[in-house]
Amino acid sequence: MKQIFAKPLSLKDVQTHFCPGCHHGSIHRLVAEAMDQFGIAEQTIGCASVGCSVFLYGYFNIDVVESPHGRAPAVATGVKRARPDRIVFTYQGDGDLAAIGTSEIIHAANRGEKITVIFVNNTTYGMTGGQMAPTTMPGQKTSTSPYGRDVNNDGKPFKMAELLSNLDGVAYAARVAVNSPKNVLQAKKVIKNAFQYQVEGKGLSFVEVLSACPTNWGMNALKANERVGSEMIPYFPLGVFKNTENL
Amino acid sequence: MSTPPRKFVKGNEAVAMAAIEAGVQCYFGYPITPQSDIPEYLARELPRKGGIFIQAESEIASVNMVLGAAACGVRAMTSSSGPGISLKQEGISYMAGSELPGVIVDIMRSGPGLGGIDASQADYHQATKGGGHGGYRIIVLAPGSVQEMYDLTMLAFDLSDQYRMPAMVLADSVLGQMKESIVPHPRPQVELPAKEWAVRGTGGAHQNVVKSLYLGDGEMEKFHWKMHARYQELAEKESRWEEYQTADAELMVTAFGATARIVRTAVEMARAEGIKVGLMRPITLFPFPKQAYAGLSVRCKRWLAVELSTGQMVDDVRLSVARDVEVDFYGRPPGAGSLPTPEELFEQIKKRS
Amino acid sequence: MRYDVFFAGYGGQGVLLAGNLLSYAAIHEGKNVSFFPAYGVEKRGGAAMCTVVIADGDTGSPVVGHPSVSVILNQLSWDKYADKIKEGGICLVNSSLVNLAGVTLPGRELLVIPMNQVAIDLGDVRMVNMVACGAYAAASGALQLDSLKEALKDTLPERNHRLIPANIKAIEAGAAAVFSARKA
Repeated sequence: MKQIFAKPLSLKDVQTHFCPGCHHGSIHRLVAEAMDQFGIAEQTIGCASVGCSVFLYGYFNIDVVESPHGRAPAVATGVKRARPDRIVFTYQGDGDLAAIGTSEIIHAANRGEKITVIFVNNTTYGMTGGQMAPTTMPGQKTSTSPYGRDVNNDGKPFKMAELLSNLDGVAYAARVAVNSPKNVLQAKKVIKNAFQYQVEGKGLSFVEVLSACPTNWGMNALKANERVGSEMIPYFPLGVFKNTENL
Repeated sequence: MSTPPRKFVKGNEAVAMAAIEAGVQCYFGYPITPQSDIPEYLARELPRKGGIFIQAESEIASVNMVLGAAACGVRAMTSSSGPGISLKQEGISYMAGSELPGVIVDIMRSGPGLGGIDASQADYHQATKGGGHGGYRIIVLAPGSVQEMYDLTMLAFDLSDQYRMPAMVLADSVLGQMKESIVPHPRPQVELPAKEWAVRGTGGAHQNVVKSLYLGDGEMEKFHWKMHARYQELAEKESRWEEYQTADAELMVTAFGATARIVRTAVEMARAEGIKVGLMRPITLFPFPKQAYAGLSVRCKRWLAVELSTGQMVDDVRLSVARDVEVDFYGRPPGAGSLPTPEELFEQIKKRS
Repeated sequence: MRYDVFFAGYGGQGVLLAGNLLSYAAIHEGKNVSFFPAYGVEKRGGAAMCTVVIADGDTGSPVVGHPSVSVILNQLSWDKYADKIKEGGICLVNSSLVNLAGVTLPGRELLVIPMNQVAIDLGDVRMVNMVACGAYAAASGALQLDSLKEALKDTLPERNHRLIPANIKAIEAGAAAVFSARKA
């Protein structure tokens, strides 16, 4: 029988702990495919963050440093400066990167750290049980915005890819989604580009990935997937916001 | 003259010189008085040696950069003073939980809050009891001279690597700012375990993970007992202290750091008047040299602890000495004009003799 | 032997440089030394003080409550610190900037030297700290004048080494002022 589909070599042969319909699994896969494609799995160090993505080391066949909440870009700075010959990436959620870790990502970006940041935006705190995140949509109900996010009280959701694209140290900033085959193919290309920027020693490369969180959104997998397209993409437009070189 | 080469330097500079001699590869810091000489020196000298210097955006970021570099197995350090050390506690806790070495220098200033820039010893509890969350300890070394600022910084790197835990050099603004002539010894040859746990980014079958998350049944408990055993091993093997005039002492004064220096002169003044008084100076604050205290207190029953605070180390002294010993306390809370003088401490000794 | 000296003035008078010079001179003589500075948060004009301890053995406390010698360069320091000098100690006071107003220091030797004027006569008021160092060495006997002169190379930044001959003159003039003050 001819094999037409295989697991990327950079991923371990294990089941994930992610909920049905969660996009983390797809995003893990795309990151692993990019590593396979460049043949960099054997020179990569991952920096896990706090949240559902903390178990990075359980799924990737690479060495991993776990970071305190929000600090992955600082930890990655230490890793990359100590081992400049390695490929270093962080994998962070929206609470981690856009709330408690805002300072760390902005300054790592401004220094132009030669790292890749995979930022998973699912508009909520996943692991702690669906509280309001800095990316929670206006009107979205969460356990800490039970009446819906009130922009007069909480401000509007952060658009991190656009924000970071304004910094000179950022070589590449893009937003993608994995809610449809077309978007997955685009996401694959963008994530690959992001790693290529690092391989070539440009600045910081940043990919925001819109992601579904069916459990905390109170939806089934299909409905959650639909919401990414119907609600999130209109507010968080997909695209490449910074591209210092045309790859 | 065949005297060894000496250098007349500030305590803070001695720390930085020792770090370079110890082979520090990465320094990450943030300015704060009275320790800024350390990042200033390293910003100038470390890149010349091929090392990395980054002035981070915050104390939080700097300690997490140390975490990242230390996870790679290189020697990394940061330094600060009270308000900044409070911010670093998060990273220190994670480093302790991840069994990472790394050196943190605290040049204590007065507090709480913004406090002031005058010398203080009021970060003793924070440093020695595990200043962050979760129940851990770090190695804490307390220099008493500029030479020791040099020597103990070097030792901090070795002990930290040996025991896989963060080590802190706990000094104060007197020691940081004062100048003395020192002999900058070369790095001693110490056999240290290979850092086989470090992340290398080489992929393959064997995966190295540096982490502090333990969710499996019994995993966290096992970790704590392992660290507990390590702390006990530290106490047995690495406790350090200095005794001065203790052999026939009828009153034992105990103090650490700059305060011990002031006490020493007070003891000399008292001895000149025939008062039998000695000085016990702990050099390792964690591990606290309990056995040495217990031993000295078998014979000498009157003790006086002196600190630049309202009393913190005195708790450990009281827990360490024999049960029939009375430990009196004399302290000056930190702040402008509160540094005790030898004359003042001599009066305190005389009163108790 | 153990010598201690407390130097006090305002920022800009070169108090800390003076302390460094004494320290390097002591090192040249093979002594142990501790130099403990204290100054206001201002870069200029605030209080500036330092304590230098010179000893053959252990220097002990870098802090001294009752110095054996104090060098007082301005009025504020005189008002605040003159009476702290220990019994039998010496006070060197810069009378150019201090109004003694008949104040005496019982049990201590008071050496009144117009240090600013001495420096001005040599061409630069900024050498007041050198005058004070020469006066200290002569009054206390803690250091040889030659050690002070030798230590100028260590203390002054290289770009100022051309000023060493003038500074040597200021050190000598400070010492001479002590001899004439004691004769008077």
